Amino acid sequence: MKIFVKFFASAREAVGSDNVQVAVKEGATANDVLELFGSQFETMNRLRPYVRVAVNQSYVVNDHVLHEGDEVAIIPPVSGG
Amino acid sequence: MVRIQEAKIHVEEILGSVVVPEAGGVDVFIGTTRNHANGKNVVALHYEAYVPMALEMMRGIEKELYRRWKIRAAAIVHRVGEVPVTEASVVIAVSADHRADAFAACRYAIDTLKKDVPIWKKEIFEDGEAWAENIEARFKIQDRSIGYES
Repeated sequence: MKIFVKFFASAREAVGSDNVQVAVKEGATANDVLELFGSQFETMNRLRPYVRVAVNQSYVVNDHVLHEGDEVAIIPPVSGG
Repeated sequence: MVRIQEAKIHVEEILGSVVVPEAGGVDVFIGTTRNHANGKNVVALHYEAYVPMALEMMRGIEKELYRRWKIRAAAIVHRVGEVPVTEASVVIAVSADHRADAFAACRYAIDTLKKDVPIWKKEIFEDGEAWAENIEARFKIQDRSIGYES
């Protein structure tokens, strides 16, 4: 199934892209997406302990199961304010 | 009222949006950009946001203020893009019949925004740049074990 992954701030710089469409297997979780990009990008892998994942604009736990067309955002520690 | 904008934030305008005849006071928090971080000089600051999610979360915070305290009006405004040193990056204003509610709600709003709302600040130094991290944002991930499993 297809999902859309958005990267922000340090995560965007780690993967060199702000928006990627990827195919993942049925039943894939938020953690699988982190694994996928962590295995490809060393800097992303180092960020993994600190990032949160949002699906369709809400934070989810890492074992959240994804669905076709989901917008998955990789959220490094925030620094607003 | 919640808003994310690139333009300079005019505090008077935000204040005006929460002043109502029923209110006995307004509490305002203004977050300003500072010229130093970790002992280094900051020459410029750049903010970015995951705008739709950030706005949704800011609306959620706003709703929570009305639910928890007796307030009359609230405004949460964050700026993105380049923010020159000393200018406001965030302004929160809350009016209430009595000051205790205004103070408490305003404090909750800025604390929650800094923990959870997907907005990032990059600090540009004379000799490099770095994404800032709010200390409360990092602790929260560890507390909830939402991050990568240990």
